[in-house]
Amino acid sequence: MSTERVLDVSKLPTYAYGNRSLMWWGTWGMILIEGTVFVIALVTYYYLRDFSQTWPPEGDPPRLLFGTLNLVILLASGWPNQWAKKAAEREDLRAVRIWLVVGLLFSVAFIVVRGFEFPALNTHYDANAYGSVVYMILILHTVHLVTDTVDTLVLTVLMFTGPLEGRRFVDVAENSLYWWFVVLSWIPIYCTLYLAPRML
Amino acid sequence: MNHSALHPAGLHAAQIAHLGLTFLIVSCAVYVMVIGVLLAVLIRRRRRGSDPNTLSRSERRALIGVGVAVGITTVVVTALAISEFVTRRSLEQDTGEPLHVRIIGHQWWWEVQYSSDSGAGQVQTANELHIPVGRPVQLQMTSQDVIHSFWVPNLQGKRDLIPGRTTHISLVADQPGRYEGQCAEFCGFQHAKMRIVVDAQSPADFDAWRQVQLQSAREPVSDLERRGKQVFENSTCVMCHAIQGSLASGTIGPDLTHVGSRSSIAAGTLPNTPQTLVLWIANPSAVKPGTAMPSAALSGEDLRSLATYLASLK
Amino acid sequence: MSYPEENEAALHRTWSERPGWLGWLMAVNHRTIAKRYLVTTLLFFVAAGIMALLMRLQLARPENTFLDTDRYSQLFSMHGSVMMFLFAVPIMEAVGVYLVPLMVGARNIAFPRLNAFSYWIFLFGGLMFFAAFLLNTGPEAGWFSYVPLAGPDYSPGKRTDFWAQLITFTELSALVVSIEIIVTALKMRAPGMSLDRIPLLVWAEVVTAFMVIFAMPAVMLSSTFLITDRLVSTHFYNPAGGGDPLLWQHLFWFFGHPEVYIIFVPALGMISQIIPTFARRPVVGYLGLVMALVITAFLAFGLWVHHMFATGLPPLGMSFFTAASILIAIPTGLQIFCWIATLATGGQVRFATPLLFVIGFFFTFIIGGLTGVWLGSTTLDSQLHDTYFVVAHLHYVLIGGAIMPLFGAFYFWFPKVTGRLLSESLGKWNFWLFFIGFHVTFFPMHALGLDGMTRRIYTYGADRGWQELNLVATVGAFILAISVLVFIVNVIVSLRRGALAGDNPWNASTLEWATRSPPPPYNFQFIPVVESRDPLWQKGERRHVVGLSNEVRSVLITAIHDAQPDHTTTFPSPSLWPLLSALATTGLFVGSIFTPWAVLWGSIPVAVGLIGWFWPSHRETEINRRLEIKPESPAR
Repeated sequence: MSTERVLDVSKLPTYAYGNRSLMWWGTWGMILIEGTVFVIALVTYYYLRDFSQTWPPEGDPPRLLFGTLNLVILLASGWPNQWAKKAAEREDLRAVRIWLVVGLLFSVAFIVVRGFEFPALNTHYDANAYGSVVYMILILHTVHLVTDTVDTLVLTVLMFTGPLEGRRFVDVAENSLYWWFVVLSWIPIYCTLYLAPRML
Repeated sequence: MNHSALHPAGLHAAQIAHLGLTFLIVSCAVYVMVIGVLLAVLIRRRRRGSDPNTLSRSERRALIGVGVAVGITTVVVTALAISEFVTRRSLEQDTGEPLHVRIIGHQWWWEVQYSSDSGAGQVQTANELHIPVGRPVQLQMTSQDVIHSFWVPNLQGKRDLIPGRTTHISLVADQPGRYEGQCAEFCGFQHAKMRIVVDAQSPADFDAWRQVQLQSAREPVSDLERRGKQVFENSTCVMCHAIQGSLASGTIGPDLTHVGSRSSIAAGTLPNTPQTLVLWIANPSAVKPGTAMPSAALSGEDLRSLATYLASLK
Repeated sequence: MSYPEENEAALHRTWSERPGWLGWLMAVNHRTIAKRYLVTTLLFFVAAGIMALLMRLQLARPENTFLDTDRYSQLFSMHGSVMMFLFAVPIMEAVGVYLVPLMVGARNIAFPRLNAFSYWIFLFGGLMFFAAFLLNTGPEAGWFSYVPLAGPDYSPGKRTDFWAQLITFTELSALVVSIEIIVTALKMRAPGMSLDRIPLLVWAEVVTAFMVIFAMPAVMLSSTFLITDRLVSTHFYNPAGGGDPLLWQHLFWFFGHPEVYIIFVPALGMISQIIPTFARRPVVGYLGLVMALVITAFLAFGLWVHHMFATGLPPLGMSFFTAASILIAIPTGLQIFCWIATLATGGQVRFATPLLFVIGFFFTFIIGGLTGVWLGSTTLDSQLHDTYFVVAHLHYVLIGGAIMPLFGAFYFWFPKVTGRLLSESLGKWNFWLFFIGFHVTFFPMHALGLDGMTRRIYTYGADRGWQELNLVATVGAFILAISVLVFIVNVIVSLRRGALAGDNPWNASTLEWATRSPPPPYNFQFIPVVESRDPLWQKGERRHVVGLSNEVRSVLITAIHDAQPDHTTTFPSPSLWPLLSALATTGLFVGSIFTPWAVLWGSIPVAVGLIGWFWPSHRETEINRRLEIKPESPAR
């Protein structure tokens, strides 16, 4: 076979990081979908608010303490998350293991605090439309928190037990992308649930 | 045709029909032109393959053709949009002092209330709307249960009745007549049998009708009618229905004070005669399966007298 | 043997499915899964079609007693839901699942196990839905399920809950397929297939996938709100609790309008492949056609309120939606004109069955598009909304605009899928019966709507004067049914005795025709290098890729804009985990119809399934490590 008519790819790497990898694109697809879910849920909140004379219709807005505490914990969890990503791109297994475990500690913390957030909402999902939408939004975000924690836990265990190959480092790097989505999506949600009824 | 959008009997329906005609003519012209070009293109006999030399020249010409066609399309749809906006604005203008009527939708009947006009008192009826010719009528509408939609094609477009909200529409009849429609939003098992009738009358006839409607129920005259009234007041009918001037003041079902004056019963499902009243009262589920109205536990003579009494309530 | 691809036996071994029924359950090949989708969706199509025939029998005479109101309500709710959720969207995606990897020159679709999962979820959702229907628990509030009728007060029992959960199944399936299609088209194209060389059907499927991603969440949320209103007394739609029935309509139609474009846009892509082939020339206005697809998709999200013109919303707001609803005619018109231009400047047109169906599209869809402009006007819509005029319009655009091209696509690509051509003479019978049957059924409905016949009525009075046209429509429906029967017969007969197709029976220009019919499990022995928009019409020998391993399922990943080779990766082998995860997910979804605790407890088997799916195998990891070439750093 004459070499001008062929394109030889046998020397190309067998995996790659960032937007070169399919995993990155797949994760962004998930982010687009879940992000749209959050946007529509928040729009529903403001729609129902527009429809109502007072907001909340009865009772106080959610207590600021636990939601704000979680805002701090979530944002702080960005550090071990980002360092895990950098360690993965360097293929530094020891550092990956450490930062994943640290990140998991943050996960435990914010799930515990989330457990305190629910009763501090000062409403109930069957009280009225306000209660329904507040609970629904918080539940949606919690589902993401929990699934991302489980994802990260499984990945962490794998990093300790193996079997490992280069591609698994890409999984760790892209897991951090989804973690950022869960963290950053909390910001508009926090503002809506906790700040909007007080300010607008 | 008393239920057709193509036979307008009022200003609104007429303007809508006129706009529709415009759209129809333009649409037919567009269709004929595009299909005509397509057929011409398909029928032409040509060389088997395409010559690459003439390809680029014919392609350039084709692209210009495409551009022109898109330009014409843009102009046409813009013109149509403008004509729609113009028509809509003109439909929103109302002339004259409107008659205000409230309509409340129920599964599967229409509650009709005429608000007190200059202290004349409120008229409460069902499934039939009487209006004076030439005077705009403002309908204020809501629903007690699910979403319904009020539609009388001869007079106007439709408007939904939505629980928790109030919607408005205005209509006017140019000529006297009976105009029919039916609920236009799926509302459950008997959505198909929820007709509305608009009876457009001369102003004098309308006033006369209204005067009668304001009065309490006609007292029974014959023995049969008296027995019927007694049957009514002693049975479960009073839990849902009202007859002004009797002990019955239920508000769940239609007001029956002047039920004998209506052209149909069960929201247009049956004509209004003592025989059909018997049929309806004895077994509502056979006429409108799923209806909330229970069968009356009444025997032949009681039933007949009740029907006679109700038919007498003109 | 210097290059791995020359050892076809090894390629075959590596890429084949596992044998036996277990292997059947573990399949991850995109064509296998697409064929399952095609067969299943066509079965759903026939079922929903039979429901339509039953409704037409009931409506053929006034005050008919063939069906009672309960049965009739279930039938029209099922017909709409099955056609929209279990047939139209999945089949358009299935065409993409089959053709997109082939058309871009890839060996499989991205995320193959996810693809398998999507089919199982779709199948189980459909089976649940039909089981509910057969147990007299089918939905009764229409395919659009308006509240409060579909709420806890007016739709007691589980009927609407099964409907709402069907949404969950089908949107999950559609969403994951969309991710696969986008990633395949962006990252797995053959070298040299720059963005402006991507086939129009691939563009259409990618645009559709984006619409799915942005539209489906709205219906997912709205149906979740509905389930919680019904099951645990939330108040999203309950006016007494501060909720609003129109919230449902906004959320549903924000999805619902793009939904019909999700069905329509892939058909536009199919037409863009069929016409150039039978006009014997490249399509005219490629760039305009791509832009039209994209603009249509954007505009599709700005139309939804035109379904709500009768609800008394503020006129200023409604004006915007009127303008958008009328404007969307322009990009669609552009495509039609480009296609006519292609036919006009090509060689002698070949009137094979695929092209007949495309011509049928022109005659039919244009009528539907024009009546759509009428409905976009709030003024005209106030008379036409919720009448048989809309029933006519929607079938003209969906059948004329999507199903006719789809049938054309069946006749066009059947030889590639099966290796045999469908019979042309049966095909012509199929087409003419379909075309005539369609217009006889639906054209009279325009008049019925203008005469006051509203939608979703199980009967009508003899005094209405609607019986003649209804009878005509019923006759037409049976003609349509016969044409579908002819199609089925054609498929069965041709599978056995159809003419052998060879690689490229139509002398088409795109990459799927560059391999065998049906393609081998690895699609292409050598991945082609692409140098033009119509690679198979290019003179001279084509270049191709070498060096992809035949030991593992090695796939070439390329850059987005110019498809330069970037790296290779190993795709997964057949696995049972997608099926197991789908079964667990089904348990969660169906359980949560009956109790909210199913969400909590049901998530445990789902987690187990997903962990098993993700967990790498020792054997495969070892092979991968042996073949591993690390990416350059610091370019990582």
